[in-house]
Amino acid sequence: MGRRVSPVSAALVRRAWLRTTLLLSPPLAWFLVIYLASLVIMLITSLWSVNSFTQTIDHTLTTQNFHQITTGAYPRIIARTVLLAALVTVTDAVLAFPFAYVMARVATRRTQRLLLVAVLLPLWASYLAKVYAWISILEKGGTLNWTFSKIGLPAPNLGFTNAAMWIAFTYIWLPYMIVPIYGALERIPSSLLEASADLGGSGRTTMGRVVLPLALPGLVAGSIFTFSLTLGDYVTPLLVGGANSTLIGNAIYENLLTGGNLPLAAALSTVPIVIMVVYLVVAKRLGAFDAL
Amino acid sequence: MKITQWSGRWRRIGAISIVSLVALGASACSSNSSSPSSSSQTPPTANQTPPTTVGTGEGQLNLIAWEGYTQPQWVTPFEQQTGCQVHAKFAGSSGEMVSLMANGGGGQYDMVSASGDADLRLIYGGDVKPVNVNLVPSWQQFRPFLKSPNFNTIAGVHYGTSLQFGPNVLLYSTKTFPTAPSSWSVIYDPKYKGQITVPNNPIQIADAALYLETAKPSLGITDPYELTKTQFDASVALLKAQKPLIAKYWNLASDEINLFQSGTTVVGAAWPYQTITLQGNSAPVADTIPAQGATGWADSWLMATKAPHPNCAYKWMQWVSTPTVQAQQAISFGETPANSQACPIMNQLQAGSCAGYHADQPDAYFNSIKFWKTPLADCGNGKTDCIPYSEWTNAWTQVTG
Repeated sequence: MGRRVSPVSAALVRRAWLRTTLLLSPPLAWFLVIYLASLVIMLITSLWSVNSFTQTIDHTLTTQNFHQITTGAYPRIIARTVLLAALVTVTDAVLAFPFAYVMARVATRRTQRLLLVAVLLPLWASYLAKVYAWISILEKGGTLNWTFSKIGLPAPNLGFTNAAMWIAFTYIWLPYMIVPIYGALERIPSSLLEASADLGGSGRTTMGRVVLPLALPGLVAGSIFTFSLTLGDYVTPLLVGGANSTLIGNAIYENLLTGGNLPLAAALSTVPIVIMVVYLVVAKRLGAFDAL
Repeated sequence: MKITQWSGRWRRIGAISIVSLVALGASACSSNSSSPSSSSQTPPTANQTPPTTVGTGEGQLNLIAWEGYTQPQWVTPFEQQTGCQVHAKFAGSSGEMVSLMANGGGGQYDMVSASGDADLRLIYGGDVKPVNVNLVPSWQQFRPFLKSPNFNTIAGVHYGTSLQFGPNVLLYSTKTFPTAPSSWSVIYDPKYKGQITVPNNPIQIADAALYLETAKPSLGITDPYELTKTQFDASVALLKAQKPLIAKYWNLASDEINLFQSGTTVVGAAWPYQTITLQGNSAPVADTIPAQGATGWADSWLMATKAPHPNCAYKWMQWVSTPTVQAQQAISFGETPANSQACPIMNQLQAGSCAGYHADQPDAYFNSIKFWKTPLADCGNGKTDCIPYSEWTNAWTQVTG
């Protein structure tokens, strides 16, 4: 006696397209409704305005908000944010590459694991705790000034400056740069390095023409993290920043949560999106997603 | 406790603008009712008659509160005495409070501990209704200026009872200033470049306007929250000139405590809470209210229009207005009680706290405080050319950005 097969199962077995549709529709619906739709709503909102008299939202389409974010303090804020994100990314790349190289190709297996744990461990600590730690290091009367005074140097007084933001961001996002570079470097077959040496390539040539090009996707992937995370952050500027440290995130926060100007906040939110789209297109050209 | 205090304080920064969420709610419900909200309007619930007696408790009370306003210290005895189980929903900003209270509390919430900047929106939005203050015996002990303040009482109709308040004081290092500065001019003085801190809050424009009221009488500023274009621009220009002098715009009370503790700043705008904490850490600081007066904030418990548990709500108003609970909350949160009899109890709980929070001052002192209210286009004098809050925020971004 064979088991009875339900007609539904039978129908599904025969029609592969139906199976696929049913399987994919919940995540697809989620993606479309929750993710894309909200993004579209945000874009539409950015074309509305707030009636300055009644404080109500005027649903007439206007580009007024986009005009506004190109005037006054906003271009300055956007430039500052992009510059800082770029600076943090470059610094992280410079710091992470040698570290990841040692981890992937020089260290023994045991040391490698220890280093990996050391890199990942800070990620488990609270973001706020780390930022506050930087305040007490950099502020007047903090660890850094104290150390400098002990060795007879003038106090750097980095507390509550844009340099403090740069240092704090570089520190916080460093693991996000190290891990992808490490992954890329680890995948390079030793035979390629040997082949380079056999063909007379010096250490520098091998590094420049074999290792770096192969590590580039990892580097670009890491930079997507460091760049976009800095681009969107608004907590670190609030805490370690000074009087000139407003980033795009802070401007959005102020307009949205305290100012009640939802359309302007939405218009500002499109700026990091556009920047990231451009960034990702360039990253794709550089092969950052090839390993995915 | 400190964490609660910080998070409680945190909201004051973002607290101010309810405007948007109301606007959102309004625009969502009615397409365009086009009512330029005017203070000469009568609040929608003004004609509802409040009860004359308080009946038996309904066994439950649902509150929208600032975090730290419903501590077990005074909630537990209340529950035991009245049988009203308190459920508190903490709001992160005035805007959140207003949106939670939409549609008269939705038949879910009974009361909200709104700040002065949200009150008028709730009242004119019809989300709160008149209360009978005669049912709250301790109301008689309130400081006169908090019995019927213009942020919770319209045309003699009370929509709630005052709770706690605080002035925005001038905090200074006693090393730099052996005697208290007599004017707010010190926070605009290039002499203290890089050693000044003020709150990162658009309402700071009102502080500038308050200073200009006497510094530039020709501007004719009479109310720092009702500014014409000229007055507003002058205040913003003053803040732009101040910017290079600022070490940091502080966001959390703890930021400022840190700045003064480490000696980064020597003068700034602050709350008494910072002064008391710093003095507790033996930092050489003191605070003062200069000749121009000061801005300040004040919270009230307002009654939801559709409050499902009105008897418990009245019992709660009675309870939180008593000197003991007023003193407990003042010390727990770091603010000044509305009840004038709370002082001795404050000192019992924490020696010197009454003077620390300026609760021992005569009424003349408090009359110099201009309490926060939402800047509206309506100037309150029949003219509608004042700068509304959304432009305050934008201007503040232009100053600090």
